[in-house]
Amino acid sequence: MADMRVNLAGVALKNPVTMASGTFGFGREYGQLYDIDRLGGISVKGLTPRLRAGNPSPRIAETPMGMLNSVGLQNPGVDAFIAHELPELKKHDLAIIANISGSTPEEYGEMCEKLSAAGVDMIEVNISCPNVKAGGLAYGTRPELAAEVTAVAKAHAAVPVMVKLSPNVTDITEIARAVEGAGADAISLINTLRGMAIDVNTRRPILKMNTGGLSGPAVLPVAVRMVWEVAGAVKVPILGMGGISSGADAAQMMLAGASAVAVGAAAFADPMAPLRVLEELEAICDRQGLHSVRALTGAVQPW
Amino acid sequence: MIPDENLTKAVISLQVETSCKIVEKTCPNPHAVRLTLEVGDMVRTSYRGPGQFVHIKCGEGRLLRRPISVCVCSEDEPSDLLSVVFEIRGAGTAWLAAHREGESLDVLGLLGNGFTMSPEGRYLLVGGGIGVPPMYGCAFCGGQCDAILGFRDASHALLAEDFEEICTTVAIATEDGSLGEKGFVTGPAEALLAKNRYDGVLCCGPRPMLKAVSALAARYGVPCQVSLEERMACGVGACLGCAVSMADGSMKHVCKDGPIFNASEVDWNG
Repeated sequence: MADMRVNLAGVALKNPVTMASGTFGFGREYGQLYDIDRLGGISVKGLTPRLRAGNPSPRIAETPMGMLNSVGLQNPGVDAFIAHELPELKKHDLAIIANISGSTPEEYGEMCEKLSAAGVDMIEVNISCPNVKAGGLAYGTRPELAAEVTAVAKAHAAVPVMVKLSPNVTDITEIARAVEGAGADAISLINTLRGMAIDVNTRRPILKMNTGGLSGPAVLPVAVRMVWEVAGAVKVPILGMGGISSGADAAQMMLAGASAVAVGAAAFADPMAPLRVLEELEAICDRQGLHSVRALTGAVQPW
Repeated sequence: MIPDENLTKAVISLQVETSCKIVEKTCPNPHAVRLTLEVGDMVRTSYRGPGQFVHIKCGEGRLLRRPISVCVCSEDEPSDLLSVVFEIRGAGTAWLAAHREGESLDVLGLLGNGFTMSPEGRYLLVGGGIGVPPMYGCAFCGGQCDAILGFRDASHALLAEDFEEICTTVAIATEDGSLGEKGFVTGPAEALLAKNRYDGVLCCGPRPMLKAVSALAARYGVPCQVSLEERMACGVGACLGCAVSMADGSMKHVCKDGPIFNASEVDWNG
């Protein structure tokens, strides 16, 4: 049996399979179906300084091998998370990654302080949500703003800071280098790709916000390519995500340069997908005679 | 299948049954399919009331499951039974409808909260179109039930005879008058509300119908519960996709907080 433990910027994960922010709530729901302690970690639903009601419905549209969402960071706010959700999550044996979104650098800093004090294992700075007007994506598409937010988060966080990048840019390595230069301990990617779906009968976009973020198996090759590009541009570890629904998908992501992976929309099709991804990844390691899953990271042999 | 009137309410526990055998397939009208499935111990472990739904995987190429309200369900040996009725609306439901008896489906359930009913209560059940089947499950859970079924036309009618067997009064309304009374369900609903004293109005169907019926129930001072629909992804409350606006300005989710809501808490203009 291969050693499945990995290390993500100083955060020890018992295996490389985590749950992507926004697809797993705070762990309660899927916790009714299986023991979430089997996962390496969970990135919680994106938190904001105060409660956010999110966007009007419809927020979901199915697309070929994928889906669009425009949830819009609905969450109870960072204080309610710390008071009501974090104590429950801490009873579990898995890394807790707090995903945060702010509309000013100060808001990111404030949340980093609160969450570090509350005892999360890692903070994932979301500078890439395509579904909110202020902040969010704007920080993720301009290197100097991305660097500023990263620096403020680092200055206020007492735990490792991972920055989640948007794929909705011309050159993702430019942003990756900027956040690494500003002190990011790790980088996660990709967030969703902006997309749109139209009902041909009503001639209305299916999403009430007109556009949303694309995820699911459809985005896997884009994500693998971007992880590979970023891995070649920075030295910090990468959490790779985007369309993973099998152990082979996870292995691709690690070969491209990821130290760990996150599963997201695949769980909507198959709630057991995260565990299946882990089991299949273990089987791949065993079949290839690897003593550690870590041997996969960056081991792609490009032509 | 004979629905069990005395189903025990389970402590909420979800199940994924990847291999639910189709034991019966019928077509209640040219547009709809009824499947009766063996669902393992799903009913025993997660039944909370009529009006819950199951989330069915509809083929490999489609990422999202399809949420379908339970028509009736029962604890049974060797496997619990559950039936769903759906209309063929798109590629997913067409895939589902192409299945035959003996084949299997991947089902997640039972999901959602279900209607709150008392076994001694008298209820007015109002169903519209494909919202009619879950009301049939309700008919087994009250002391005495009257039903109003609304359809586009006679070719879309469903389960009318089944309702007649178990309900005291059954009224049918079609938009074109090809079956029952011409018009919407609100006509017969008003007549019955004026005549009888109900403990509750329970309603499932298109949103304009739910809005009209809840306004009518409010006028007669009868508590009204409605089954809401929204585009859904996870089905369990994790992705926050299926949001609906509440009258107090908050957002609730059809899959986890619903699909059944008290009509008075819904923001009908949202």
